[in-house]
Amino acid sequence: MEAKPIYLDNNATTRVDPVVVEAMLPFFTEHFGNASSIHAFGSEVGKALKKARAQVQALIGAEHDSEIIFTSCGTESDSTAILSALKAQPERNTVITTNVEHPAILTLCEWLEKEGYVVHKLKVDKKGRIDMDEYKSLLHDRVAIVSAMWANNETGTIFPVEEMAELAAAKGIMFHTDAVQAVGKIPIDLKNTKIDMLSLSGHKLHAPKGIGVLYLRRGCRFRPLLRGGHQERGRRAGTEASASIVALGKACEMAMHNMEVENTEVRRLRDKLEAGILSQITHCFPTGDVSKRLPNTSNIAFEYIEGEAILLLLNKQGIAASSGSACTSGSLEPSHVMRAMGIPYTAAHGTIRFSLSVYNTEEEIDRVITAVPPIVAQLRKLSPYWTDKGPATNPEASFAPTYA
Amino acid sequence: MWEYSDKVREHFFNPRNSGPLEEANGIGDVGSIQCGDALRLMLKVEPETEIILDAHFQTFGCGSAIASSSALTEMVKGKTLDEALQVSNQDIADFLDGLPPEKMHCSVMGREALQAAIANYRGEVWSDDHEEGALICKCFAIDAVMIEDVVKANNLNTVEEVTFYTKAGGGCAACHEGIEEILAQVKAERAGPGETSPPPACPATPDAPKPPSKKLSIVEKIKKIEEVLDSVRPMLQRDHGDVELADVQGKKIYVHLKGACSGCMMEAATLGGIQQKMIEALGELVQVLPSSHMPVEA
Repeated sequence: MEAKPIYLDNNATTRVDPVVVEAMLPFFTEHFGNASSIHAFGSEVGKALKKARAQVQALIGAEHDSEIIFTSCGTESDSTAILSALKAQPERNTVITTNVEHPAILTLCEWLEKEGYVVHKLKVDKKGRIDMDEYKSLLHDRVAIVSAMWANNETGTIFPVEEMAELAAAKGIMFHTDAVQAVGKIPIDLKNTKIDMLSLSGHKLHAPKGIGVLYLRRGCRFRPLLRGGHQERGRRAGTEASASIVALGKACEMAMHNMEVENTEVRRLRDKLEAGILSQITHCFPTGDVSKRLPNTSNIAFEYIEGEAILLLLNKQGIAASSGSACTSGSLEPSHVMRAMGIPYTAAHGTIRFSLSVYNTEEEIDRVITAVPPIVAQLRKLSPYWTDKGPATNPEASFAPTYA
Repeated sequence: MWEYSDKVREHFFNPRNSGPLEEANGIGDVGSIQCGDALRLMLKVEPETEIILDAHFQTFGCGSAIASSSALTEMVKGKTLDEALQVSNQDIADFLDGLPPEKMHCSVMGREALQAAIANYRGEVWSDDHEEGALICKCFAIDAVMIEDVVKANNLNTVEEVTFYTKAGGGCAACHEGIEEILAQVKAERAGPGETSPPPACPATPDAPKPPSKKLSIVEKIKKIEEVLDSVRPMLQRDHGDVELADVQGKKIYVHLKGACSGCMMEAATLGGIQQKMIEALGELVQVLPSSHMPVEA
């Protein structure tokens, strides 16, 4: 009999909690009304949305519930934030971001560059940390917005966004953070920060896919992405996805409740997993800033082997994780986050991300610790960069292909 | 995640002939760690007969790279070098019951390793003259340099033409914006400074052709049709396919697509390309259809 599958890919997406499903179901059937309607069908929904808004507000510590704008996903929130800042401030043509952002930001920025905007991408060091002096030197009066992720999706590394927002505010520059990985995993209290906009996504915190939020500080100048009806106070037209909004509210309430577990028990299991793997396998190392990262994420680079092959062998044993390797994405380049940190190609293709949730158990972690070493050994035996005595001495030279 | 065939999975989970081969006398190293794929093929060749007695591999790469390497060693064992050189990347993919389009480059790497190992045995220097640019079409692993060269050499103007000449853009279509950018850039270079209008996207219907100077007789018409088919045949044969004229009924030209072409995801693009050439050659609007679309005779 196959062992029960183990899900360690919670930074990709999460299971919708059964309690959340239960909360949302009535909004498909008995409470199907349109919140904008005057009749009883609509007003029930209106009340539920108000409650959900308050639940989101509580999790991120927003001062007013009107600062919460429901969107369809994190990507929509990101695009809305950056495009709004540029549209609202036509005299400013520059965006500052980092080169380890999610594609939701980076691909948008590449397009903005083609459209004639100026984009500065902050570099990171080998641990994935930005240089605050470089950042400060770039804050000038042509900058429309700074967008920096709260926590990195691949490594879990946390950026000092609160400090960055203070510095931007001092120069009159808007600050946005893509916090889809951070919300629910670390405490956030927006009312005591200078952050103007924040993106979050439901499916990263046990709510369904297809629902997100843009937090917009009261008073922050804004131009909507979608224009149409008056929903979300005219800031995001389109009929509210009431069932999903209710679900997100419930999930936020639960995340609030689980915050301590996340930062104690989940962290302990993550640390145990990482230590268990590192102590058994040579030539592997954790990536990112391990002293300042999300409690649930461990990204380990296994040198001289390739990530997709590792994932396939893990999957055969029912273990789900993800990789920064090129092959898993269909491109020929390994993860831009690994390259930004200067992780050598021999290791970047072999990075595996384990991301836990409150549903993982000690027994699961023990099973993974046992499963990983033989898989790595098996693939290294196949690798031309590896000999039975360890890595080929000077691997790049011992395997010098006809072309590179 | 990719849909791998059972055979790919089997060769990945239980690779044949892996690890170093001490008595190897022909070694081919290809790939690069930058791209995440590298393969060393080791052959033990009997000098008198040039028969490959044994073949081993070592691969740094994903599931399909390891499976392609394993398949390759099984395929070439027992063959003479000349026979082994007949093994194409499509043969490797076929042996594995197909590879996802995004993974076809793994079979290409196998084929290159084979050429490199045989060249090494024969004391020749094998070099890959392909210059690599930014990857544009991920489905068929076509890069910007290749597209730009083909666009320039053939004076191409539309995404559809690029697809017909290079396959780029024939799969998921996600790269059409990238191809349009290359077309625009080449067009701008052609026109010199000043003009940069975007290229037209794939036209739903081809532009109306110029009226023919005189009407062709049916024999002349069929001759022209055959000429067009002859001109595209080498390209199809390179991919182990072929095309044959089945029938001409008014403005409808029915063709048999054979071998690797039939049922290929590129079938529609291939027919579209042939149709474009037919329209140019015949000077009239015609439709090229697979023979399976021929009306059943009463």
